[in-house]
Amino acid sequence: MSIGTRPLRFLVDLDHEQCMLCGRCVDNCSYGVFRMENNRILISSRNCVACHRCISQCPRDAIRIEERPVDYRNHPVWTAKAREDIYKQAETGKILLGGMGNTLDYPIIFDRIVLDACQVTNPSIDPLREPMELRTYIGKKPKKLDLFRDPSGDVQLKTEIVPNLQIETPIMIGHMSYGAISLNAHISLARAAAASGTFMGTGEGGLHEAIFPYQDNMIVQVASGRFGVNIDYLSRGAAIEIKIGQGAKPGIGGHLPGEKVCGDVSCTRMIPEGSDAISPAPHHDIYSIEDLKQLVRSLKEATEWKKPVFVKIAAVHNVAAIAAGIARSSADAVVIDGFRGGTGAAPTVFRDNVGIPIETAIAAVDAKLRAQGIRNEVSIIGSGGIRNSADVTKLIALGADAVYIGTAALIAMGCRVCGTCYRNLCPWGIATQRPDLVGRLDPDEASVQVSNLIHAWTLEISELMGAAGINSIESLRGNRDRLRGYMLDETMLSVLDIKPVGA
Amino acid sequence: MCGIIGVIDRHRELMDGSTIRNALAVMDERGSGEGSGYVAYGIYPDYADLFAFHLFYDTLGQPKTQVEELLENWGMIEHDEEIPTCEQPGMRKVHIPWRYFFRPNRKLMLHSSTPDDDIVTRVVMEINTTIPGALVFSSGKNLGVFKASGWPREVADFYRIQDYEGYIWLAHNRYPTNTSGWWGGAHPFNLLNWSVVHNGEITSYGTNKRYIESFGYRCSMFTDTEVVAYLMDLLVRQHHLPLNLAVRALAPPFWDEIDRMDGHEQELNRAIRLIYGSAMMNGPFAIIVALEDSIVGFSDRIKLRPLVAGTHEDRLYISSEEAAIRTMEPAIQDIFMPEAGEPVIGRVIA
Repeated sequence: MSIGTRPLRFLVDLDHEQCMLCGRCVDNCSYGVFRMENNRILISSRNCVACHRCISQCPRDAIRIEERPVDYRNHPVWTAKAREDIYKQAETGKILLGGMGNTLDYPIIFDRIVLDACQVTNPSIDPLREPMELRTYIGKKPKKLDLFRDPSGDVQLKTEIVPNLQIETPIMIGHMSYGAISLNAHISLARAAAASGTFMGTGEGGLHEAIFPYQDNMIVQVASGRFGVNIDYLSRGAAIEIKIGQGAKPGIGGHLPGEKVCGDVSCTRMIPEGSDAISPAPHHDIYSIEDLKQLVRSLKEATEWKKPVFVKIAAVHNVAAIAAGIARSSADAVVIDGFRGGTGAAPTVFRDNVGIPIETAIAAVDAKLRAQGIRNEVSIIGSGGIRNSADVTKLIALGADAVYIGTAALIAMGCRVCGTCYRNLCPWGIATQRPDLVGRLDPDEASVQVSNLIHAWTLEISELMGAAGINSIESLRGNRDRLRGYMLDETMLSVLDIKPVGA
Repeated sequence: MCGIIGVIDRHRELMDGSTIRNALAVMDERGSGEGSGYVAYGIYPDYADLFAFHLFYDTLGQPKTQVEELLENWGMIEHDEEIPTCEQPGMRKVHIPWRYFFRPNRKLMLHSSTPDDDIVTRVVMEINTTIPGALVFSSGKNLGVFKASGWPREVADFYRIQDYEGYIWLAHNRYPTNTSGWWGGAHPFNLLNWSVVHNGEITSYGTNKRYIESFGYRCSMFTDTEVVAYLMDLLVRQHHLPLNLAVRALAPPFWDEIDRMDGHEQELNRAIRLIYGSAMMNGPFAIIVALEDSIVGFSDRIKLRPLVAGTHEDRLYISSEEAAIRTMEPAIQDIFMPEAGEPVIGRVIA
């Protein structure tokens, strides 16, 4: 081996004075960092991914994890990552895979946008004492209301409104498949969605029968692999989502490593056990926007026009024009996934380099749809790197109807964002199918944590709206006058169509 | 703050401007002397079928030539003159108010079902956004806005509004925050036959503006009030909603209330909120809107600004202050406080 051993990513250290040899670290570490020999804990730091499972379980706080104890010689161009990627590829000749979202240090636009509040000239509204409305309807709306007078002179509704999804908070849970995450994780998220009056996506892994009790809160996905898709699946969902692409890997299909395709996953997906599930890059029945329209309408036809159909695309350079095409396809909502979107497994070259930030994508899509007079044809759902209630509020003010959260919901269940989801070893029982690990995630607890998160963010959004003198979310949507850009350049301000601070 | 008042006589009996001048002045506490204005309907009976344009000119040279050229391109000026004014001790003639009686050439807008209105809207937007030194602040038929920077009495006397007789009057006493001292920033705001007086600040302005602009309107007056006129024009003239439902779109019931409504009523209100969510106005406001045959007053959904109404014989009064109504009609008995968001509508009979 001419390249030899590289410096440790993490150094794990144990305070033997503190350690009481309970062995919980040994039992909990699925990566094999700890072992007990002769009444002493031995450590293989090289196996550590910093998932912090051991830290969370150690009763004596005896474990310490240090990042990069010995680094490479510092170099501004040939960073440690640049060098290590080359070592790995020189050894394997393969595409590099990674989990979770974009790891490059791009500036986060959300953090350069500030929100408004009322002072004197208009009163802020106190959500503790006044109604505050976050209810949102996702779906197509008619452009105008048509009425007629019945023989008795009463005004009657002529307009018919196609089915919309009613959500009590603008926060929805995005598509993470059973396969990428465990059944317990899926059950926890589904229960949280139902408890919060919102919806959750199935991802492209089909719908396990354990989720059937929550099917009224599920959006079933049809992706290019068509895993798990049949009429029963389509009929169970509250809505159907066609996944064209995702923010973590625009232009390519899904990856589920064979390690994660256990018996149950293979049944739900309708694929052989242990086989890699690699979805094709395009849908092989969609080679143009007209083909998309046919698929949207076929799915509606199959479900008797009772269910909204969403189309999800990655935020790419031409996202606004693509969304305008989707708005004309009979779709009810367009989901835009920004380049910070998470994933269970993606080629890191895509994850880190392809696509655009969700803030700019939503601003561009909303502006384009309005300019073409078709904003009412579709709802806009934004996702990809939404970390807190301020991000949600800012994205809605930029023009989104609602957001999908993914990574944030996983973190609420314990995920430490170690980025090793693709190895099937998640010691939190989230991104794994190993029964002993999955058993660590208790849906009774995890579902409460996720609904707590949604509840807390919803409260914060209410407070932010009240402070801005707004008591209904419709009046926040697209209200870019209530945003200001801080230290953003003029080009970016014009893309976002917001003023700078002080203006 | 701002104080507003409006009156309508259901038999179109004419009132001169002197009483509303005094009523508006009762609310001087709500203003700052930097903007007052009046609008009266029925004041130009000799030109009743022509659009009465009121403009502010900064000079009579270039801007006036450009405006007249534009008007002649789109129709015919049947008559024009300077609006008579009488300078007041505290008020100089900063702009030259001018009026045109204009007949649009509807052949130039054949594709439209309302060619006259569309031509006038287009001409107004074009003058206000492209001709420096000219501003159209009134463009309806048989009606006129009179406004300027100053206290209500000064502005009234400046325009001699006691010489005008109308069956509808709206008036506004301004406490400016956004654009101080600018004559164009005073209310009423008018487009076609829509006039608006507004006390408040619309926190949903950004949403409303983006919504209305997607229907071709252009917000050019640097005030959130104009958006009310455009929204009413869209909902009532273009989408044919009855006045009460248009108001419901702008200040709709809460979902809790809608959820408790009966089937048909619930369906209608849900549809209004779904379709016109972006037209909903948020923030504190009390507004009176006038059209040639009606006025409607309403407040925001939680009534963060005062609004009181009263009726006496053939007249409906709506105002920020009861004292202002009593100044106009000392004998009035029937005074009431409308609920938050509930419209008070007065119409002429035939």
